[in-house]
Amino acid sequence: MKHTVVALVEDRPGVLNRVASLFRRRGFNIDSLAVGTTEEVGISRMTIVVDGAEGIADQVEKQLDKLIDVIRVEDMTNAEAVVRELALIKVRCATTQRHEVRDLIEIFRAHIVDVSPDHLMVEIAAEQDRMDAFLVNLRPYGILELVRTGRVAMLRGTGTTAVHEDEPEAIERFHMESGRLPEGKLPYVSD
Amino acid sequence: MKMSGADIVLECLKKVGIDTVFGYPGGVVLPLYDRFPAHPEVRHILVRHEQGGGHAADGYARASGRLGCALATSGPGATNLVTAITTAMMDSVPTLFVTGNVSRNLLGKDGFQEADITGITTPIVKHNYLVMRAQDLAYTFAEAAFIAQSGRPGPVHIDIPKDVFQEEAEFEWPTEVKVRGYAANPRIDPDMIARAADIIDAAERPLIIAGHGVILSNASDELRAFAEKTGTPVLNTLLGLGSIRGDHALAYGMLGMHGSYEANHAASNADVIIGIGNRMDDRALGRFADFNPTAKIVHIDIDAAEHGKNITTHAPVLGDAKRVLQVLTPAVKQNTHVEWVRWIDDLRAEHAYSMQIPSGPEISVQYVVNRISQINDEDLVIVTGVGQHQMWAAQHMKFTHPHQLITSGGLGTMGFEVPAAMGAQVACPDATVWSICGDGGFQMTFQELATMVDEHLPVKMAIMNNGYLGMVRQWQELFYKDNYVSVAMSQPDFMKIAEAYGILGIRVTEKEAVDDAIRAANSHNGPVLLDFQVEAEGNVWPMVPAGASLRETVEAPREQQGVNR
Repeated sequence: MKHTVVALVEDRPGVLNRVASLFRRRGFNIDSLAVGTTEEVGISRMTIVVDGAEGIADQVEKQLDKLIDVIRVEDMTNAEAVVRELALIKVRCATTQRHEVRDLIEIFRAHIVDVSPDHLMVEIAAEQDRMDAFLVNLRPYGILELVRTGRVAMLRGTGTTAVHEDEPEAIERFHMESGRLPEGKLPYVSD
Repeated sequence: MKMSGADIVLECLKKVGIDTVFGYPGGVVLPLYDRFPAHPEVRHILVRHEQGGGHAADGYARASGRLGCALATSGPGATNLVTAITTAMMDSVPTLFVTGNVSRNLLGKDGFQEADITGITTPIVKHNYLVMRAQDLAYTFAEAAFIAQSGRPGPVHIDIPKDVFQEEAEFEWPTEVKVRGYAANPRIDPDMIARAADIIDAAERPLIIAGHGVILSNASDELRAFAEKTGTPVLNTLLGLGSIRGDHALAYGMLGMHGSYEANHAASNADVIIGIGNRMDDRALGRFADFNPTAKIVHIDIDAAEHGKNITTHAPVLGDAKRVLQVLTPAVKQNTHVEWVRWIDDLRAEHAYSMQIPSGPEISVQYVVNRISQINDEDLVIVTGVGQHQMWAAQHMKFTHPHQLITSGGLGTMGFEVPAAMGAQVACPDATVWSICGDGGFQMTFQELATMVDEHLPVKMAIMNNGYLGMVRQWQELFYKDNYVSVAMSQPDFMKIAEAYGILGIRVTEKEAVDDAIRAANSHNGPVLLDFQVEAEGNVWPMVPAGASLRETVEAPREQQGVNR
């Protein structure tokens, strides 16, 4: 089963390496990984599609969360979310075929972004099913080149996966008392 | 105040409470070493190999509960730390590893003694840093020390290019550390406490498996109170030994591959298992699929990723063991389980022979470690290597307090015993520290004898010399049809090694001489190397073969029970 996991991470050198290293080490299979900036400076968002059983998704989430540079992890697999990936497709298309190809493109809500006498470049942003169906329909014309981004996802409605720095609960977490750490203080501040 | 990066680093070490650094100099850390004399509060111990420095920092931390620190130069110095870092990681030991690297303009250029050490350590540390500006040093050290010691403790590594040591910056110690991606002390979920309490209250045959987490969170008192209130027998993982007194009425020793017969069968027959600060590891639990599949599992751990990692958990309680027990104990009913405890007691009595100390004329490891334990006071600190002697120490020594047993459980690092004992002695200068050494492991790291001499560290090192890599030989005997390959080792003359380093050496060839040798070592004010010439082919029993379930615990064949072969 495929799981879509969103991780908000510190925008620092080496973070991608930490995440990749974790997946390699624990034997998690990455189907796709998309990384980009967010509404907040200093925070990047990774959308990771992982293939594996239910227990694997749980471990992926928890192990990711354990990385210090990972701020928040959410499993979007069963969430009400908008999920998209983008593809650029260079498809063989003689001028005589343009009409039928353009029909397809319209049906699948894709766009032509480049044209030459014997080919078209098409851009499509779609959820997995629509993307797959589109490619099936284009294939007979001859796909010369294909590039797909990783999947990205965002919750529908007012719920967000964003982190706000001044979230009181988040601040509190760092200052809670502990068996070993004096309340609200660094454990080792000597003065 | 403006100062050099090197001075900032040393100020930071003081701020985070590090009084001792186990280090080895080299080119890129010269600017730092240059400043050590100006900071006499930080004791630098010159080790003989960076791995030794790393294990010493680890032993220091385990013995004291404080942050251990090792320092190395770039390239080979840094890569030599890797085994020690991984050892600390697997056993959750709060440690800080500092390395130098080449100057910033040379990073990534494959210059002399450059290694991508943060790249190398990423999968084996709790967190790491490459500090590119002197002005970032103070915050980095504050955060690193916080991360290393809080939550589930572990090693943190800081890599510093040479010219960052030389760069001047304002030294400002941060007033708070804020790591938004890290919950050091997660909120304890009252619903989960309630669920755990319901399961525990309904139990007829409950059992506690107490691990290293109990020791790391100073939860021994809470563990005892919880066990006594609920009348629950307590087993320990290897690293959990000492979390409850071994002679407590509810303590039943170690479970697992070389756990006692009664412990393994108790674990297989309990109806509720309460794991506290343990990782539900294969060496403790045997084959996961067959680990008591009908028991309800309550698992108290501060690392959420340990919940359900290896076995299905019915009540995963997230939190520090001490704090969880402080909340859980009042929430459970007072109880006793007389029948169940008697069942385990009977099993223990019936199978006492399976862990008997051999009575034959030869010296056995079981006999020696037991005598070391009996002759010394309870505050003895025990450090072991890895293999048969480690398991026999776990079986036949008495453990009365946390931080008493220092052993590489997770990674199983041979050669840990000498440098870790050195670190433990530094942390506890007044304690009697005995290092139970394998003849194989000792030869991996004994260069640190020189460090012990320099620093006047009176560690007692007892080599269990059977001329074999004993545990490997045991496996070849049992699982590879006696096909002994590369396990018989020729030995140097250990007495001459002692002599070469100028320390006391005692060779023991007769069983009658064991006690005197131990007493002589104890009364000698300096490092002692003891060569106990033990039986060659003793086997550790009971044993759960690799990949078997705890129910399949095998005891010694009759002819091996209680006698030398």
